[in-house]
Amino acid sequence: MPEEISHIVDSKLICYHCGEECPDDTYKLNDNVFCCNGCKTVYEMLKSNDLCDYYAYEETPGLKKSEPVRNYSYLDDPELQEKLIDFTDGTITTITFFIPQMHCSSCIWILENLYKFNPGIIESKADFLKKKVSIKYAPDKILLSKVVELLDSIGYEPSLNLEAEEKEVSSDHTKKLYYKIGIAGFCFGNIMLLSFPEYLSIVDQVTDDIKQIFSFLNLLLALPVFFYSSSEYFSSAYKGLKRKFINIDVPIAIGISILFFRSLIEVILQTGVGYFDSLAGLVFFLLIGRLFQNKTYDTLNFERNYKSYFPIAVTITKNSNEKTIPLDKLRVGQRLVIKNNELIPTDSVLIKGTANIDYSFVTGEAAPVERKNGDLIYAGGKQIGGLIELETVKEVSQSYLTELWNDKVFTDKKESRTTSLANMVSKYFTFIVLAIAAATAVYWLLNDPAITFNAVTAILIIACPCALALSTPFTLGNTMRIFGRNKFYVKNAAAVENLANIDTIIFDKTGTITDADKAEIKYEGEDLSDEQKSIIKSLVKNSSHPLSRKIFNFLEAIPDKSITDFMEIPGKGLQAFIDDKLIKLGSEGFINPDAPINPTGITTQVFVSINGRVTGCFKFFNSYRKSLKQVLANISNKYSLSVLSGDNPSEKERLKKIFPDRTEMKFNQSPHDKLNYISTLQSKNKNTLMIGDGLNDAGALAKSDVGISISENVNNFSPACDSILDSNSFDMLPAFISFAKLSKKIIIASFIISFLYNLVGLFFAVQGLLSPLIAAILMPLSSISVVVFTSFTTTAFAKMKGLL
Amino acid sequence: MMVIVVLISASLLVAIGFLAAFLWAVKSGQYDDKYTPAVRILFDDKKKNNETEKDINSEEKK
Repeated sequence: MPEEISHIVDSKLICYHCGEECPDDTYKLNDNVFCCNGCKTVYEMLKSNDLCDYYAYEETPGLKKSEPVRNYSYLDDPELQEKLIDFTDGTITTITFFIPQMHCSSCIWILENLYKFNPGIIESKADFLKKKVSIKYAPDKILLSKVVELLDSIGYEPSLNLEAEEKEVSSDHTKKLYYKIGIAGFCFGNIMLLSFPEYLSIVDQVTDDIKQIFSFLNLLLALPVFFYSSSEYFSSAYKGLKRKFINIDVPIAIGISILFFRSLIEVILQTGVGYFDSLAGLVFFLLIGRLFQNKTYDTLNFERNYKSYFPIAVTITKNSNEKTIPLDKLRVGQRLVIKNNELIPTDSVLIKGTANIDYSFVTGEAAPVERKNGDLIYAGGKQIGGLIELETVKEVSQSYLTELWNDKVFTDKKESRTTSLANMVSKYFTFIVLAIAAATAVYWLLNDPAITFNAVTAILIIACPCALALSTPFTLGNTMRIFGRNKFYVKNAAAVENLANIDTIIFDKTGTITDADKAEIKYEGEDLSDEQKSIIKSLVKNSSHPLSRKIFNFLEAIPDKSITDFMEIPGKGLQAFIDDKLIKLGSEGFINPDAPINPTGITTQVFVSINGRVTGCFKFFNSYRKSLKQVLANISNKYSLSVLSGDNPSEKERLKKIFPDRTEMKFNQSPHDKLNYISTLQSKNKNTLMIGDGLNDAGALAKSDVGISISENVNNFSPACDSILDSNSFDMLPAFISFAKLSKKIIIASFIISFLYNLVGLFFAVQGLLSPLIAAILMPLSSISVVVFTSFTTTAFAKMKGLL
Repeated sequence: MMVIVVLISASLLVAIGFLAAFLWAVKSGQYDDKYTPAVRILFDDKKKNNETEKDINSEEKK
């Protein structure tokens, strides 16, 4: 039996936990091979708690556990805990964690069986779509730090941050909408049922008693629709009027109230049955439209600020005593300890150690920069390499990076600068309807005053722009869904409408139009022989530095040399002996100590020396996204373009070749410069679209009319923006913009359809002939035809444009 | 004819019952997560599952 297993294992060693290929079977337990000690430890832990069913639901469900379990003792700080937990009564505490690693049914299973690890955990419940787990535990039996430690030790490290739970508000809002739709739908159905005798003109056969009972029942059913379900339209109309602005909800509110009061009067005076069926139907359809428009992406967050990316606690040292404190307690002048791969939370001066800072998080530039003792290091960088000590010089919220969030772009609620189409139309619409009503009133007062009331109210009822109000949510809602399928996630319908209006497109450079994973490499110097190439490739094979990886992919040779005395000096370079020759690869200063240090070197370079002789250097250029040229070809004659880069102008010449001549290019732009650039354009009445990726674009993204954040992994990283675009869909950008414009045209077309219905209705209404039956047919019919028209055309056009 | 009133009120009461059930379902959070419960129901009871797992394993090994 053992032979058989080892045979299977020999062909390909697959980690039982995470499914990655294992180099050998060093880590082996119960006939299962693991790729690393981390995975094996997780397995052992599950095994000892009899939870190996984890591996039964999915094959290799785990994620590679490369980082050791961290120390979470800072979480036991009561002040910090108060901010994190949902609820506590002293004996039971509930807390919700965001677990980005959740990806399969095994994950759900293990996260819901946490209580088997520790009796202090009472219950845990996973929400797969939101990637959240809420845990109930007894704080007197298990500390919060131990709960998080447990999650980390089984490979589900929660992402901890102190951002306010804005999502909760939206979920409450959705719930309310469900209530309102439920009630409106219920009343609508029943009112229709009770109105059937009226529809079928069998009134004569129905006794007056019953007719009266039915109409009172209808009135009763209409009450919750009028007072509860439609309340939002009244409050929105009121808000609009208070700001002297007629939005689409004003004519709707007028229509709804006239419908209700006229029907009320008719029923009470027993002169008719009223239009309660139209009222309930109208509100029901409008609410459905709202639901359709409220497409939300559970795991995406469009409101993130720097706090989501910063740790919630940092390690400080005082008299060589290390202590972990919550980030908001960090003050100026404290001594920070930053370990490998940790983020520097505030501007500080390097005191001890070799800093090698990766600013990819801020600028998108992947190559780390070296800093020396006494240098100022800006917040947002990640230390790569050994431990460093820093002294803070600014408060976290006042650093070069985070200061951006004090700008009023982030504190004020973003308001669209352009009025939405529906609101613009409804202004004229309302005035025209009121004018027709007034004219009708005058005419009937002179000719037949008895009809005046009927005719005027009928006009206001039939003119209620339900079809108008429905066309926008259905068109834009459908457009958002189509975009979502193509990995372009838009925050709300208003953003789609703004996208249709843009005339200026501003690109960030690094990470947005360049491909972060790739770089173009040029070798300059003596030609390398195949032998030398092989030597260099063997050397870089041992390093995980991004530049080493790129050189490794660049060289065409077989890395078959055996190396000895390998050394990697963070921030400097690599060295090793190969065939008794000393090979050095790294910065100019590392290769040749006498060379002048040139920290602001324009292009990134890696020098090679073999046995003390410099043979040449590798130069790194940005690699632009493959689809960039094609994208630019599509948009360059329709929009004015700009490029804003935080980088030096080394790429200017290359960019000029790719971008059209008129393109404005700015380099060395700080986050604030980018924001101001957008403001200047907006003051010139330009509708701007900003496309960026890093935190340094956050201000510009928030300020621009539409901010698109490009992301390699949409769940990972995105500063506050209107929409998130998966980088794989970058080539479809022109299609998205033109489709947004098309959606606007579809909305206009559906406006025309709804006006035609209104004209028919008005024809009856001005004559005082609008019977409840005609209203009950016309109003739903116009709504349904608009919904069908918009859904059909958006889908058809999306298919034509290859978006579906 | 009064029988129709009785019937209508009976049917309305039933319908209100369903409306109440719907509102309760929304309130209790059944619409918050539309995915996880569908997976959760497929998890077997601990003991049973272990045995079947062993059976399958031993069969495979044979």
